[in-house]
Amino acid sequence: MADKIKFGFLLAGGCAGCEMALVDMSEKLVDALDHLEVVFWAPTVADVKYKDLEAMEDGYIDLAFVDGMVRNTENEHTVKVLRQKSKTLVAFGACATLGGIAALGDIYSKEELFNQAYKDTFGTDNPDGIMPEPQCLWEGKYDLTLPAFTNRVSTIDQLVDVDYFVGGCPPHHDFVAQAVQAIVAGNLPAKGSWLTSGKAVCDVCKRNPAEHDQKRLPVGEVFRTIDGRPDEDKCLLQQGYICFGPVTQGDCQASCLNVNIPCRGCGGPIPGVKDYGARCASMIASSLKDDQTAEKFVSKFNDMAKFCYRYSYSAGILNQKLTPGRKN
Amino acid sequence: MSFSPNIVGFACQWCTYAGADLAGNLRCKYPPTIKLIRVPCSGSVEPEYILESLARGADGVLVGGCHYGDCHYKDGNHKTSRRMTVLKKMIEDAGFDPRRFRLEWISGAEGQRFAQVVEEFTRELQELGPNPLKGGA
Ligand code: SF4
Ligand code: SF4
Ligand code: SF4
Repeated sequence: MADKIKFGFLLAGGCAGCEMALVDMSEKLVDALDHLEVVFWAPTVADVKYKDLEAMEDGYIDLAFVDGMVRNTENEHTVKVLRQKSKTLVAFGACATLGGIAALGDIYSKEELFNQAYKDTFGTDNPDGIMPEPQCLWEGKYDLTLPAFTNRVSTIDQLVDVDYFVGGCPPHHDFVAQAVQAIVAGNLPAKGSWLTSGKAVCDVCKRNPAEHDQKRLPVGEVFRTIDGRPDEDKCLLQQGYICFGPVTQGDCQASCLNVNIPCRGCGGPIPGVKDYGARCASMIASSLKDDQTAEKFVSKFNDMAKFCYRYSYSAGILNQKLTPGRKN
Repeated sequence: MSFSPNIVGFACQWCTYAGADLAGNLRCKYPPTIKLIRVPCSGSVEPEYILESLARGADGVLVGGCHYGDCHYKDGNHKTSRRMTVLKKMIEDAGFDPRRFRLEWISGAEGQRFAQVVEEFTRELQELGPNPLKGGA
């Protein structure tokens, strides 16, 4: 048998849900491990330190996954080092590919975010208003440093070159298994591609009107998910529950729709979309019946930017431009 | 000298673009701030184009289409209107001034109005100043 593939996994600014998704492959992961040798998995699973990563030769790791976005100088540094040490780098999950939920913080200034987190929140007890500082001399002799908060969230490919992308928050384990198998077998598309089925969520959704020989009709009423309980079988968008299925990659097999929840776009945009939020706005508006319904829609959802860019604000055109990426 | 804004205009070929032509024939005076892009229908202007224009340094974007009932493709302009309502709110909620973006119905017979709209929009943009996205913050 050929040598095992040297595998690395870095959790950057994510929540570790993506790592759980990999573990959720269960026996498929065990099979894959026959072909993989884990040489780095930090800071979560394996007892390897960043300095061990730094000590590796360039290109030592055959295949590395990063989950999470870049939010601080530690993420920035480790992602760059990992890129250098890896032959193939995969941005794994919504945060790594698009910025994820945390990227919505970019709508606010750092000051607003810090005040909210360290002062104003109901459960916070901080009478002196102490804020985290990247540098501090403790008891006059211990020089302590913390990673500094970056100006904005960036996706992995805004910082370094990425070979492949896998969407999802977290990625669905069946598709992760397919991606891992494809990688192990060396059966890969062109660099820079998403490792996906290429289908939209609607394509794999059992509620799709086309599956039931029905036409899509203009939507005249708009509901939020808290407004009621949608019919379990019919298309949610048709019922007025706004669903991003038409413009989202369906590698999750329409997971949310299977439990009566509309798609919010974690799978990432279908091919050809430049700005996910703008395309969502366009798709929803085109589904609505008339101007009045559009007016009702925008007044019903109190933050259209957070709604349309829930997982993808970092990758959006406006955010990139506001504080340009630091790719080098 | 007051700042001369850079406006990207998407004009439907049947109405607003014809209106701009007429403005020329009538020798209407308006500032040379707008760069028109002729499109088949205002309904073909994806919100992504508008964001891209703003991100690449346009100070304002004008989308021009036919009046209701006049659309060559029946209801392309209705679609435009609904899209622009949602897009405007989205831009605003993301912290950008939606006044940099304008939707107007201008027919092929309204050369004067085309000139007026450009003049008015130019003045408004002069008051707003240059687009903060220009060249990044
Ligand atoms: S994509 Fe979702 S599951 Fe993965 S790190 Fe981000 S928030 Fe967590
Ligand atoms: S819009 Fe949503 S509910 Fe309707 S078919 Fe597409 S994914 Fe399914
Ligand atoms: S349905 Fe949409 S939001 Fe839900 S898991 Fe799939 S891609 Fe993500």
